[in-house]
Amino acid sequence: MMEIRTPKTHKAKRVLEKRAPKLVENGKKTLILHGTKTSATVSSVLMELYRLKKGGAIKYSRRNENIRPFESGGETSLEFFSLKTDCSIFVYGSHTKKRPDNLVLGRMYDHHVYDLIEVGIENFKSLLSFSYDKKIAPHEGSKPFICFTGEGFENIPELKQLKEVLTDLFRGEVVENLNLTGLDRAYICTAISPTKVFLTHCAIKLKKSGTIVPRIELVEVGPSMDLVIRRNRLPNEGLRKEAMKSSKDKPKKKVKNVDQNDVLGKLGRVYIPEQEVGKIPMADKSKGVKRERREGKMKKNKEEGSASKKLKESE
Amino acid sequence: MDMETDQIHQIDVGNLLAFNPSHRFPSAPSSREELVKECVTEGTKLVQAIADTLFNFPSTETSDGPLVQLPRPTTKLPREKHLPRPKPPTKWEEFALKKGIQKRKKDKIVYDENTDQFKRRHGYDRVNDDNDIPIIEAKASDEPGEDPFAKRLDDKKKRVGKQEKNRLQNLKTAAKAGALPSHVQLAVTALPISGTKTQPQKIGKDALGDVAGLAATSTASGGKFDKKLPGEKPPKKQGKHHKYLPVLPHRGKVDEEKEQTNKVLSKLLSKHSHEILNVGKAINMYNDKKEKKKSGRSDKLKAKKDITKKKPYANKAQ
Repeated sequence: MMEIRTPKTHKAKRVLEKRAPKLVENGKKTLILHGTKTSATVSSVLMELYRLKKGGAIKYSRRNENIRPFESGGETSLEFFSLKTDCSIFVYGSHTKKRPDNLVLGRMYDHHVYDLIEVGIENFKSLLSFSYDKKIAPHEGSKPFICFTGEGFENIPELKQLKEVLTDLFRGEVVENLNLTGLDRAYICTAISPTKVFLTHCAIKLKKSGTIVPRIELVEVGPSMDLVIRRNRLPNEGLRKEAMKSSKDKPKKKVKNVDQNDVLGKLGRVYIPEQEVGKIPMADKSKGVKRERREGKMKKNKEEGSASKKLKESE
Repeated sequence: MDMETDQIHQIDVGNLLAFNPSHRFPSAPSSREELVKECVTEGTKLVQAIADTLFNFPSTETSDGPLVQLPRPTTKLPREKHLPRPKPPTKWEEFALKKGIQKRKKDKIVYDENTDQFKRRHGYDRVNDDNDIPIIEAKASDEPGEDPFAKRLDDKKKRVGKQEKNRLQNLKTAAKAGALPSHVQLAVTALPISGTKTQPQKIGKDALGDVAGLAATSTASGGKFDKKLPGEKPPKKQGKHHKYLPVLPHRGKVDEEKEQTNKVLSKLLSKHSHEILNVGKAINMYNDKKEKKKSGRSDKLKAKKDITKKKPYANKAQ
């Protein structure tokens, strides 16, 4: 027995429609949580990451013992949380002896794990330790500049994946119109070695220059840390192809024989092929309509008529 | 200068993203501060490059500030959900397509011939309201005892029921194709039953746990070496429930198995054995078994007895 469940309130309906798969998607939300044990660095990293992504992030404060992203069974809780909160990126922090100050950045496709990358945090500097003029402090939810420096991001597959994940994480919503006065933050990532990336968050100061383009000055405000690549898991090829599919991949087919005229509007051209009268397919092929049959019947009626006439005459 | 930097840096203005693949640290940076400084300067160059292109876009002035239209982002990032799948046509849509039936827009106000007025199609005081019919003329095919008004109501109920069934079927086919509308969820309330008409009882959590525990420990080693599913808790009563003593006595040890059976036997044959053994019941069971054996092993050929009927007791011990 199946039951149809529909939302009883408009608000619920709107929420479900927002979470439904669409052609053009909403910005990805981030889920921030931690594991059994966290160190001071990890907990402050998670807290500051949450503050940076305030509008589009959800932070869980309880510890989650049964989440092990890299193990085959340990992702069920993550997938459940992703489904409940509609988050497709997660940041999982933990601290063990073997992997101190560990951060796992992962993405979901259809609420199943798509790819993972594990980094270790070193040389972490909290945003509280930076002193700067409060006027240039970036506003919450502003669209950031993201900059990557270093050939490692192109040559090394792990760094390439990290670049993609960081772009996804920091990007926020994809907007069409941008207010130029609202540009006030930038994330700078530099590959300082094949396994280490230096990440920092800066505020932007626009200074007058001779042209319309102002001169940019960056001031470090936010957390800065070194990310050391540990483990990673790339998505399988089939899943990757499916996730990268977008509706605009196939170019619009050029419509032939249609013209746009300013006076007459839309004009179309119709080509009529030569008619071969003998070869035109007949529509009605039912038995009774066939000409031979009809003629046969007519003949029969005539004969019968004449026969009956004869009978009548004879009678 | 601008052109050069544009060529070196890969800029994606839609994402406000810039990538400089050609920077190499000239020497191992001496200190942390030097490193940080160099990174920030490199970053500044990249942000400047993006800003160059950004501020040169045509901007519209609004109250908040200059608004600029961003181009589409060029870096491809994976989607978070699958592309929406096309909905399979419903049974009616298929039929309409086949027959060439076009959808016609219905008016909200319809002319009612009975009252010579314009009335609304649905709602209060509507056209062709079922409750408004005062007289239903009898037809030759009508039975005398039938209530035509009740019959009308019945027919309507049946039609509504059929429509609901069809709607559910359409949703099921849509769900199969993965194209269920976003606000609908199909939930299974009960498993399909065959045979008896009884509703399946809802199994409680404890009952399920007991059964799962039984199943888990029913292997030869008591479920100790079984691979556990993620999130599965260890069964409550682990290990074997029966301890079978070795039949052949170990060197030097007392024959425990022999002792066990001897104990039971001595208890049965002791003076107070009637307190342990229910002699009457034992005799009945023995007699029943003898009867069964006598009639021969033709249980399968015998007609199946109705187990709900109470069996008259065959042989009562006299």
